[in-house]
Amino acid sequence: MIEYILATTANTFWVENSWIAEKVLMATWETLYMVVISTFLSYVFGLPLGVILVTTSDGHVLESKGFNRVLGAIINAARSIPFIIFLILVIPFTRLVVGTPIGTVASMVPLTLAAIPFVARLVENSLKEIEWGLIEAALSMGANAWQIVSKVLIPEATPSIILGMAITTINLVGYSAMAGIVGGGGLGTLAYYYGYQRYEDLVMWITVIVLIVFVQGVQTLGDKMVANTINKRR
Amino acid sequence: MIEIHNLTKIYHTTHQDIVALDNVSLSIKRGEIFGIIGLSGAGKSTLIRCINMLEKPTQGSIIVDGQDITALNKNELHLARQKIGMIFQQFNLLSSRSIFDNIMFPLEIAHVPTQPARQRVEELLEMVGLTDKARVYPDQLSGGQKQRVGIARALANDPKLLLSDEATSALDPQTTRSILKLLKDINSQLNLTILLITHDMNVIKQVCDRVAVINDSHIEEVGDVLSIFSNPRTPTSQSFINTIMNKGDTEEYTQNITKQQTGKYSRLIRVSFIGSSAGEPIISSMIRTHDVDANILYGNIDRVKDVPFGNLILELIGTEETVSLAMAYLMNNGLEIEVLK
Repeated sequence: MIEYILATTANTFWVENSWIAEKVLMATWETLYMVVISTFLSYVFGLPLGVILVTTSDGHVLESKGFNRVLGAIINAARSIPFIIFLILVIPFTRLVVGTPIGTVASMVPLTLAAIPFVARLVENSLKEIEWGLIEAALSMGANAWQIVSKVLIPEATPSIILGMAITTINLVGYSAMAGIVGGGGLGTLAYYYGYQRYEDLVMWITVIVLIVFVQGVQTLGDKMVANTINKRR
Repeated sequence: MIEIHNLTKIYHTTHQDIVALDNVSLSIKRGEIFGIIGLSGAGKSTLIRCINMLEKPTQGSIIVDGQDITALNKNELHLARQKIGMIFQQFNLLSSRSIFDNIMFPLEIAHVPTQPARQRVEELLEMVGLTDKARVYPDQLSGGQKQRVGIARALANDPKLLLSDEATSALDPQTTRSILKLLKDINSQLNLTILLITHDMNVIKQVCDRVAVINDSHIEEVGDVLSIFSNPRTPTSQSFINTIMNKGDTEEYTQNITKQQTGKYSRLIRVSFIGSSAGEPIISSMIRTHDVDANILYGNIDRVKDVPFGNLILELIGTEETVSLAMAYLMNNGLEIEVLK
């Protein structure tokens, strides 16, 4: 490999390896939309679950001890399955929904399902940070449970929920790479087929760099959005 | 306005039952400012929270404006609460909303249409003197300003009753005075009944018409502020009054007096006075008519709702006979006397 690189000029190196750029771009795009859509879908289901977890807890506006305990147990159970096993476990379901367990669209099923309980806990944490006094004040004005959720809990917890979204997105980048190994598409598949099976180290390193840039970008975006909402209030 | 009958609240914990309120009955009149004073843990916080059902009573009934608040269903309770404003020690403003939108909040809850709601918010901002702060966020305000927003918010839906949960306890004395003045103005302008809880006797002294002293889950004493101040019947009331009535360090004066014994007969007395007698020159007329000297060692005059009250520590010097006659003269003029030495 080293002799090979030394023997070729920079120019011919890039000409001969231009397929890499193409593959990496394509895979990056796949990862991006896989992760973004999975994050979005996991919040569609996970956010209400988190709200329910908080509001049904002891002394809260929709207190329901039994229900809360059962829901908590289900979420814990789902979270205790390692993602790589989860991936295989949900194949029948994926086939049912998408028609095939292979490809980027199919990957979104296990990614979303795995992220939902995680998101529910993150949202629960965010909502629990809100001082009880704010909820009490809203109750004293005659607010019902829905008004407390929509006008107090969610708006007050927004900065914390945004940070949770960044964490979820970053986690899903990692999960998507695992899904890639079993044919999920995206950067994971690229790194596995070329980097691992065909010994194309260059592909692997480029993948790593793209992932680092991607994760940094997501975190920075999340931090910026939080800073903007908070600065507005000061 | 509020009738509380045999209210009991018991908190059940895993280890024990804690009685927060034990068979409390209380009656609060329309338009008055009623204070409940007690130490922390006495049950005052639970009591005020029972009135808008933030705490569910274990037993008893609470009638607010003719409606038994403990017997309402969920929706009826939401509607009833819209007519009971509440302000808090920690203000509890929403940090995600501007001042304008914070005051708008209870109007949104009550589904008031946007146009009249906005107009109402403008009125309230003017009432509490914060029109120029409409667009800023709570984080940018001082404590006193935050409480003004809290008051505006509590008044948004034209409540008949305002509950104040230690509303001035997080504020400095000067800000406390201005907030209390605002409450008093609102009380007289809107004929709004105000129920406040506090641990600070100054608050009671400055704004309340009547006061209840709560201790150890019981109401120990209820009465108008002046009579409780002049004649506290329980040790709890007495100790609250002592916190703001500087009675002077008796021991210090009794020691001083022994040093300056001159061979003449003398008595050290505390004279307490209340109401009109504080304005009359009783001491000087006593000196003129009874051939005694009066050495004023300590004096303090305060006002409760514009009625002066206070106490003096006097050394009366004369003969045994003139001194005892002088003391009788003071008592005949409506002053209370305690012989210290």
